[in-house]
Amino acid sequence: MHQLTIAEIIRGLRDKQFSSVEITRHLLDRIQQLDGNYNSFITVTEELAMTQAAAADERLSKGEAPALCGVPIAHKDIFCTSGVRTSCGSKMLDNFVPPYDATVVENFNAASAVTLGKTNMDEFAMGSSNETSFYGPVRNPWNTDCVPGGSSGGSAAAVAAQLAPGTTATDTGGSIRQPAALTNTTGLKPTYGRVSRWGMIAFASSLDQAGPIARNAEDAAYLLSAMVGHDPKDSTSLNRPVQDYTLNLNDSIAGLKIGVPKEYFGEGLNADTAARVQDALKEFEKLGAELVEVSLPHTDLAVPAYYVIAPAEASANLSRFDGVRYGYRCEDPQDLRDLYMRSRGEGFGDEVQRRILVGTYALSAGYYDAYYNKAQQVRRLIKQDFVQAFEKVDVIMGPTSPSPAFALGAKKADPVAMYLEDIYTIATNLAGLPGMSLPCGLVNNLPVGLQIIGNYLDEARMLNVAHQYQQVTDWHQQFASSASPA
Amino acid sequence: MEWEIVIGLEVHVQLSTKSKLFSGASTQFGAAPNTQACAIDLAMPGTLPVPNAEAFRSAVMFGLAMNAEIGKRSVFERKNYFYPDLPKGYQTTQLAEPIVGPGEIEIHLEDGSSKTVRLHHAHLEEDAGKSLHEAVFESGHGMSGIDLNRAGTPLIEIVSEPDMRSAAEAVAYLKKIHSIVTYLGISDGDMSQGSMRCDANVSVRLKGEEKLGTRTELKNINSFRFVERAIKVEAERQIDILEDGGSIVQETRLYDADKNETRSMRSKEVANDYRYFPCPDLLPVVLSDDYVEQLRNELPELPDAKAARLRDEYKLSAYDADLLTQERATADYFETVAKACGEAKLAANWMTGELAALLNREELSIGQSPVSAEQLAGLILRIKDNTISSKIAKQVFEAMANGEGDADTVIEKRGLKQVSDTGAIEQMVDDVIAASAAQVDNYRNADEAKRPKMMGYFVGQIMKASKGQANPQMINKILKEKLDALL
Repeated sequence: MHQLTIAEIIRGLRDKQFSSVEITRHLLDRIQQLDGNYNSFITVTEELAMTQAAAADERLSKGEAPALCGVPIAHKDIFCTSGVRTSCGSKMLDNFVPPYDATVVENFNAASAVTLGKTNMDEFAMGSSNETSFYGPVRNPWNTDCVPGGSSGGSAAAVAAQLAPGTTATDTGGSIRQPAALTNTTGLKPTYGRVSRWGMIAFASSLDQAGPIARNAEDAAYLLSAMVGHDPKDSTSLNRPVQDYTLNLNDSIAGLKIGVPKEYFGEGLNADTAARVQDALKEFEKLGAELVEVSLPHTDLAVPAYYVIAPAEASANLSRFDGVRYGYRCEDPQDLRDLYMRSRGEGFGDEVQRRILVGTYALSAGYYDAYYNKAQQVRRLIKQDFVQAFEKVDVIMGPTSPSPAFALGAKKADPVAMYLEDIYTIATNLAGLPGMSLPCGLVNNLPVGLQIIGNYLDEARMLNVAHQYQQVTDWHQQFASSASPA
Repeated sequence: MEWEIVIGLEVHVQLSTKSKLFSGASTQFGAAPNTQACAIDLAMPGTLPVPNAEAFRSAVMFGLAMNAEIGKRSVFERKNYFYPDLPKGYQTTQLAEPIVGPGEIEIHLEDGSSKTVRLHHAHLEEDAGKSLHEAVFESGHGMSGIDLNRAGTPLIEIVSEPDMRSAAEAVAYLKKIHSIVTYLGISDGDMSQGSMRCDANVSVRLKGEEKLGTRTELKNINSFRFVERAIKVEAERQIDILEDGGSIVQETRLYDADKNETRSMRSKEVANDYRYFPCPDLLPVVLSDDYVEQLRNELPELPDAKAARLRDEYKLSAYDADLLTQERATADYFETVAKACGEAKLAANWMTGELAALLNREELSIGQSPVSAEQLAGLILRIKDNTISSKIAKQVFEAMANGEGDADTVIEKRGLKQVSDTGAIEQMVDDVIAASAAQVDNYRNADEAKRPKMMGYFVGQIMKASKGQANPQMINKILKEKLDALL
């Protein structure tokens, strides 16, 4: 039953092949059996899941239930869940139980989807390997000595290990797409503002965006359809209506113009990864698409600009974690300064502290113009690159990450090497564009992701393009052997 | 050496919106601690701010009233610092692109002169909560309490240019700001509840010197009187230092009203770096020309225009007109009285005299006046139709203030009606003349020129005999006739 896709579960529930209670029970058991190998969940909400599943079955029996009614999913532990601990992967929030739901969670609850639990992540979404989590690293189901990518490593691993058919995730610089690429799953980061950020714990507000991770584009379309929409509680939310992304999946892509940025195939890209991506592009040509070389000249400035803007915003966003009102408080503070210093010093991990320091420095008097302002200028140039490219092409394609999954610990001591993991994904966050990753092959039995970057609000086309590719390839149907015990 | 004082004011005005600047929580003053702070005000993880349109409306109205440029595009920034009553660890405020740009207003001084003060800008920002350092916990532990009810309340911070040259000018400016925000109805302007707070930047320089002296900032002065005193005492302190050959340290100082002195507040603290940057949770707010024009049309009549109209329509002196228009409620009271009794000058005199004294004595605002505008008009009508004299009217006024009812009721109940019966007055005059042989002789023997003055004695006696109720004009007329007949 765990091998079923979301589309298959939706049909199965309606055809009464099984109930939501049955599949939910099955997946909860499977999580209990297998997740010790992956550590993809921080919290399993068994009781809540079973209550929700029973309610969903009741709703299904009355007919006219929303598409996702009774479908079990899991939420990244960055989304606030009313009454359920929401840790953001940090000791700082290990004891934090929000009294409210994130809008994303509220939307899935309204659709009667079932919450299996909260998935592991890099602390405050800062990381590309899921090694910065207070709850320990997540292991890649394809090779448990390897990282699953990050920061949504738990959400990606849970889908790859067939512990959940789909999960929610967030992406600030590649945190949906890079783990999707490293775990052979399909993940989509929507246009900035398409999904409400209310109740999603902020890392870098101008870059953060929530999206789904699933087994294929069709399933991602189901999840995304439930996530999008205008939210008056988020001032940066786009005033656009909800949309059913499953409607255009079967459109023909003949005549599609695919931009291939030469900068995405240069130095630093693993040769085998490049070959798998080139194979995928050839597949698209067979489907009638046309490849057009484009240039994104400011690509090499994306990582440095990002590592000024994101930490700057984070340095302020994380100031609220001060030990005063909620969250971790140091023992026996001597005075206010001691309370602040030890609560934050003990509550935050190394990478979070590193980024707070970098951000604080970048915003300091005398450095603001040289760093923050300069980075904002670069951001505008990067956006311009894309605007110009999209005058000529419909979508842009390239690798999601420079190489397949690496060994746990391999880049932990070298932050810059870790930051370069996101070299192909960061620019879309800076530009506010939608991006997705889908499986396009294996290298030494480790997955490779193809990245599709779309124009603003063009998620429907991206999912259509991905779905068409998945009709003629079966990379997305390959499963990690560790997750398929005999 | 002649010194010149240079003052610039930063005035924080709390807007009287129903809800906070970025959340739906109530802004009501005086609720139990932390009962008016929602998840956003508490800076719970994942919460986001949504701007309050009413606060923008208030700020734009203020800008228009100050003849200022309106920031068609305004940007909120984060001002970062740690303090327990600042839940997010930053204050959301405006810096580079405020909602109100440069402007100017005219202030009126007590000597009747006017002066223009330039506005640097005014911006919208959220207030912080309150730290309660008194022992809030019985167990002690030296802990402080935090009340976040005020956190997120909308403020406009109004920053003047250093255009004021005396404490009196600073007070006049502050009163003008108070008058404008209360006319607009965007704030209750209540300084005692902290709805209006003032920081003063004070420096001194030798007269004729162009360069500004080193300034100190006086924090949180919470009444008009203290603003005046604090500036005076700080300027004196600076002058003393400079005359002794010393120099002024740029610092924040606190005014101690009990000791009437200022003292250094943060001498050890190094300059703060607030690391301002645009708040990524809030998009720039862009106002259309139509919106601004619509608000311009909604502006009420403002103090200066109202004063001009009162001078014109009611023939008031400039002094009275300025005094009566400082507060909108006072001006409304005046117009009600003047219209009801048709005696504008008398209405103004009563308001700036007896009524002002009463309110001052009882520490009441015009809105709380125990004598209503209708009651005062009724009193003036009885003066006008000679039912009572002005002197008796003061008695009636006091009685009204004590809640004895309107003028007619008081006059009736106390029997204060003026005696205008010719026969009765003639009888009283005759009686007094008969009882004052010596004074009558003096009158007869005096020079013609001295006689009118000598009548005072007789008038006084007659008034006394009538318990003040005899019509003074009639007394004068009849007395003169009778005395002259004796010549």
